[in-house]
This record gives sequence, structure tokens and C-alpha cells, in this order.
Amino acid sequence: MSSTRKILVPGEKIEGAISASDYYIYDYKNEKRVAIIGVVDFKQEGVSYSPLNGVYVPKEGDIVIGLVSSHGVANWFVDINSPYQAILSVQDFFGTRQNSQLPEDPFKYLQVGEYIKAKIAAFDRIRNPLLTVQDKGLGKIVEGVVVSVHPTRVPRIIGKKGSMIEMLKNETGCEFFVAVNGMINIKCQNEQLENIASNAIKIIETQAHIPGLTERVKKFIEEERKVRGV
Amino acid sequence: MITLTRPQRFIDDEGKRLDGRKPDEARPIKMQVGVLSNADGSALVEYGLTRVLAAVYGPKESQKSMLLPDRATLRVRYHMAPFSTEERKNPAPTRREVELSKVLRESLEPVVMTEYFPRTSIDVFIEVLQSDGGTRTVGATAASLALADAGIPMRALVAGVAIGKVDNVLIVDLNEVEDMYGDADMPVVAAPDIGQITLYQLNGVLSKEEFRNAIDMALKVITKIVDMEKETLRNSYVEVSEE
Amino acid sequence: MSTTPYKTQIIPKIKRDVYLNLYKKGQRADERDFYSPRKISIQTNVLEKANGSALVKLGNTQVMAGIKIEPGEPFEDMPDEGVLQVHAELVPLASPQFEPGPPDENAIELARVIDRSLRDPKAIDLKSLVIRPGDKVWMLWLDLYILDYDGNLFDASMLAAMAALSTAKMPEYEELETGEVKLTNKVSNIPIKLNKRIVTVTTAKIENYILVDPNLDEEIISDTRSVFSFDENGNIVGVQKTGMGSISQEELDNIVNISSQAAQVYFKLLNDALVSDKKEEGGK
Repeated sequence: MSSTRKILVPGEKIEGAISASDYYIYDYKNEKRVAIIGVVDFKQEGVSYSPLNGVYVPKEGDIVIGLVSSHGVANWFVDINSPYQAILSVQDFFGTRQNSQLPEDPFKYLQVGEYIKAKIAAFDRIRNPLLTVQDKGLGKIVEGVVVSVHPTRVPRIIGKKGSMIEMLKNETGCEFFVAVNGMINIKCQNEQLENIASNAIKIIETQAHIPGLTERVKKFIEEERKVRGV
Repeated sequence: MITLTRPQRFIDDEGKRLDGRKPDEARPIKMQVGVLSNADGSALVEYGLTRVLAAVYGPKESQKSMLLPDRATLRVRYHMAPFSTEERKNPAPTRREVELSKVLRESLEPVVMTEYFPRTSIDVFIEVLQSDGGTRTVGATAASLALADAGIPMRALVAGVAIGKVDNVLIVDLNEVEDMYGDADMPVVAAPDIGQITLYQLNGVLSKEEFRNAIDMALKVITKIVDMEKETLRNSYVEVSEE
Repeated sequence: MSTTPYKTQIIPKIKRDVYLNLYKKGQRADERDFYSPRKISIQTNVLEKANGSALVKLGNTQVMAGIKIEPGEPFEDMPDEGVLQVHAELVPLASPQFEPGPPDENAIELARVIDRSLRDPKAIDLKSLVIRPGDKVWMLWLDLYILDYDGNLFDASMLAAMAALSTAKMPEYEELETGEVKLTNKVSNIPIKLNKRIVTVTTAKIENYILVDPNLDEEIISDTRSVFSFDENGNIVGVQKTGMGSISQEELDNIVNISSQAAQVYFKLLNDALVSDKKEEGGK
């Protein structure tokens, strides 16, 4: 590798010019310091920083997967793996503008314990994030399993130019949807494959910063498929 | 069980303390992060026989009653396990624990970047498993590690150490006997990376000169302890790669 | 569990800016300089039924100290010493921020800081408070009652505690044949034996300014406060950092000097008040 990598912990200085500013870099007496443990890459183009830890903070336009955790009078509360609980209105779910068009018992159609795939419609930290399912491919998740990883591991699961996720798809034959909040929907032909795919994701999560990961995961899937005969 | 008595002398002719340490020498320190599975972050820290476990939960949505619109609410509990002391301690919180919870919270407030997460709360639980002096300073070190392990943004890491005075000599990192029968106990918590002291208390009598020297001694040791914290955190990520 | 204060009074930002502009010019809103405490009044023997009492006004802050002395049992590990108990009550009538109920962390911190600053330098001769060694000793209850809260409870409470301790009288008692110690409901002329007087100096750090004896507004806008207790020889006999901020080593050095000078001011006022109090008594 032509670059050097270094793990920095909270309070430590980043030497050199940073090519892109990060949410978890702060200024202290004109020095750049990191607020969260992360890897700093010193390359010719400049210095980059990627946090190894931290929680998911919603951004408008993000596609997330969430777990319906309760409901109010006219909305659901959705756990999106973030400090802030998201809100999905009944009107949005049914795509109506008027209350008169809603079914009599709307909460029957989306129940506590079910997953949804939704877009962050609004979030400004003063109010809780607002979700919408009024877009192509959004709505209740009816197939497959959902596994959750640390949100900082999402880039690793996708891989450089999608290399990791492509490999996962090819090797398992499953479909993956990786949401930015670290929730992943996996759809496979059978439960055995779903298990293998979930375990592969867990390996990527715990070994995210180690080189040679793609090959290791690929080998894991091959071996598991052999052992399980799928 | 260990029974404590007042020693005749705290420092021998060779300048060594009861446990063989030099006046400016801390006890052997051990630290570990990620020791609990449920917590978002955790750490176990030992200074000699003093052993403290810290866990962090959050940030999570705050209860309405204590919600702050522009920052996270920090909640800290310092608590001693019933078996941590010579005589069994009643688990109900004492006045001492109420005060220490407050000063420890105030030692973390300056470094936790609460402005990142308005309307949420961050809980820090500090459990003293075994007490042999300096529990609040070990608690601060454990809390610092647990917060970093939880991925809570921090301006810098903090660590703590107590300075004491026995036989007219200033000493670093008191054990129980030195704390109980010595002339002073001065716990200090600081963040050396940003040059800030976040907790200072004095129990006992010191001259102004001694107070200054004590702060100086504390900061030197704290810088070393923070360096250990840094290595511990880095190693927590490197270890996995060696599997 | 200790929680970030969420009921703190809000200081309008504009007021903070006004204050900081004044500090830049070396002034404070109430026209004091940085290192002078507010106007102090110390009254002693303000209660008839207590063994000792004092009312201290530090600006608008008012603290009443009451001392009750009762017979009791010594601690097992200190059979030949009386027992000192310090408690503080942030009485709801003193501030809209104070709630009825058991002492909160602020009241407990206040009481414990005063307690330590008296206990560690042995300000009170607890060995003199023994009736029968190992069996009966005097329990000295020092209760600090905050009546009006305009900042800096530590300094006002220590002045009230010292004034009450210095003027308190031991109770008269009889030892019954059963061994019981019975109070006669009269007060003796014997004072509590004190080894030394203590004062406490609180400074607020607001950005890079250090102010002695902050009032409530100054407390609220302060980053952090340092509480230093001194004896008459200039020794530091107790320290507490309180508040959410932090401090550099240099600033702390500076605070030690500023506080030890301000301690002299408090000592003079305290000693003057106690001397004039004696004169009054003599005139009666």
C-alpha cells in the first residue's frame, strides 16, 4: 500500500491537510482533532478519516430500514438504529391526503414488530425524523430476514465500488438491501442460505478494518455451503 | 479479608512506601474495553487492588422531563458494590455516592461533546467492584474508556489519579491505608490533550506550595494513564485483525 | 444518579454579553472589582432555642446556621471523640429552583464540603466533646439553612457555621444514677472548644476571568467554580471544583493566589463580627 494508516482516538491531532471534512473532526486551537476513534489514511492526495465507531444520525433522503416499535393516534414510532425514534404518519403509509380515506383500523396493516423500508423525509434535530414510504420499493418488508450491524460498518459491507456486496450476491444467490442505518434485508432461496448470509455479514462487521476481508468471507461462504449442502 | 491498621511510618529510610512504591509511582494499572455485551461501551480498570467497571448506554431519546433542546443530557452514577469494602456496604446510595456521582459527572461534562445529540441522554454507570483507595479517579478513567468505546464524540480522553501526603511527603495514587491514615487526599481528573483539569478536590491540609506541586504530580501521572487508554482503545481494534 | 441540570434559570444571552463586556473593562455588574466579596453582615445568637446560631447575609444570599448539641454514642472507631454532623437544606422558600424533598446533590455537596473543611484541619476540638469515653459523647449538629439564594452558598455557609460555632454554648446536664445523661434545658457558659477558624472562598471562572464571590447571575454564566477553604495560617484545608467546565493548570495557580487573598478579607470580617458580638454581650 502506498498510504500509511493510523488509528486515532478522541483528542488526538490529525497531522497534515484533510481532503474532506468529517462530522467527527473538530477544531481545537486551529488544530484538527478527532472526536471518535477512527482510521486516518495518509495518502498523496491528502489525509482522510473514517470513524470506526459512532451512532447513525439520520439525513434527509437516506433510505433506512426500521422496526415498528409502537404507535400513537395517527402515526407509528419506528426504531431506526439511531438515538432518535422515527415517525411514520398513517396518512403517508396509505398515501392519502384526507383522514376520511383511511381504513377503519389503520394499525392492523402495519403492526408493532414489523420492519419497513422508508426514506427520511425530514430531520432537523428539533423534531424527530419523519419517514415516508411513498416512493418506489418502499413500504413494509414482507420477505426475508433483517440483520443489524454497526452503522459505521456499512461502507465495508458494500465494499469498494460495491465489490463486497457483489461477491455476497454471487456466492449466496441472495438479494441484499443494505440500509445506511446498518439494517440489512436479506432474501434467499432457503433458511440455510439466509443463515450463511447473516453470518457472513457478522464477520464483515467484526473484522471490517482488516485487509483481505473479501477473500476470507468468500472462503467462509464456500465452506459453509459445502458443510450444509446448499 | 484485609484488616487495616495505622502504620507507624508510611515511608521507610530508603524512601519506599508500604507497598514498596516510590512517592511518585502509581500502582500497576490494567485496563480493558468492551467487557460487557449489552452496553454500548464498557471498560474495566484496575489500579492495584482498586477495580472499577464502567458502562455507557446511549445516546438515546431523553425522557421529556429532563430533555435539553441544544445538547444531550449526561447522567452519571457512581456506586460501590456491597462487597467492595472491608465491611459490607449497604447497597442504597449514600451521601458520599451522591456527591461523587455529581463531581464525576462534572468531570466528564467538559469532554463529552453533548452538542452532537440534542434531546438525547447518555448514561454512564460506574460500579466499584473492589475498593482500595482512589475509587473515584479509577472511575473517571473507566468512564473515559467506556465513553470512547461507545463511540460518543469526545474532545479528549480523561484519566484520574489521587495525590496524598504522608510523613510530610507528597505521594501519587494512594491506596486505602494511605488514604485513611494520611494527611491529605486530593483526587484529580484531567484531559492532558487539551490541557484541562476537570475535577479537583482536596480532603485534608496542604500548603499553597504543596497544592501546586500536587497538581503538577497528578498531571504527569494522568498523562501516562491517558497514553495507556489510547493504546487500549487502539488495541481493541487491532486485536481482531490478529485472529 | 447525577443528571445535567435541566431546570437552571436561563440568563438572556444579551445579559451575558453585557457582563463579558464589563469584565473586559475590569468591572462587574454590581460595581465590585473582581476580587472583592459582596457586602457581608454577620449576626450571631439569632435563635434562643439553639445552642448556637448565626444569620449571614452575603449580598442577597442569606444563610442561617443552627447548632444543636445532644448527648449520644461515639463512633466505634473513635471512642474518645464527639460526633460532628453537618447538614444543609436548600429550603424551597429561598429560590424558585429549590424543590421540597430530601436534600439533592447540591445540598449534599454543600454540607459535605463544609463538613470536610471543618473536620480535616480539626477546626473543632472533637476530643473535648466527650462525656464518658467510649460511652457518652456530645453530638454536634450543624444545620445550614439556605433562606435566600443569590449565589455562593459555600462562602456564606462557612461564615455562618464559624459564627455559630464561635458563639455556641454547651448545654447543662446531669448524669443520672442509671448512667443516663439528662439535659437541664439550661445553657452553660462554656463555649465549644475550637482549634482554629476556617473560611471558604469561591471563585467563578467565566471565560478567562476569575471572580471572587459570584452572585447567582455570575454563577449561572460561569464555566466552573472553585471552592477553597483556608485556615488562618494560609493553609488550604479543603478544595472542591463544582460546575460543568474545566480549568487549566495556570488558571488554577492563579485561583489559589486570588482565593488566599480573599480569605484574608473574610477572616477580617468574621473576626470583627465576633469581637463586636462579645462587646455587646459584655454590655448587657
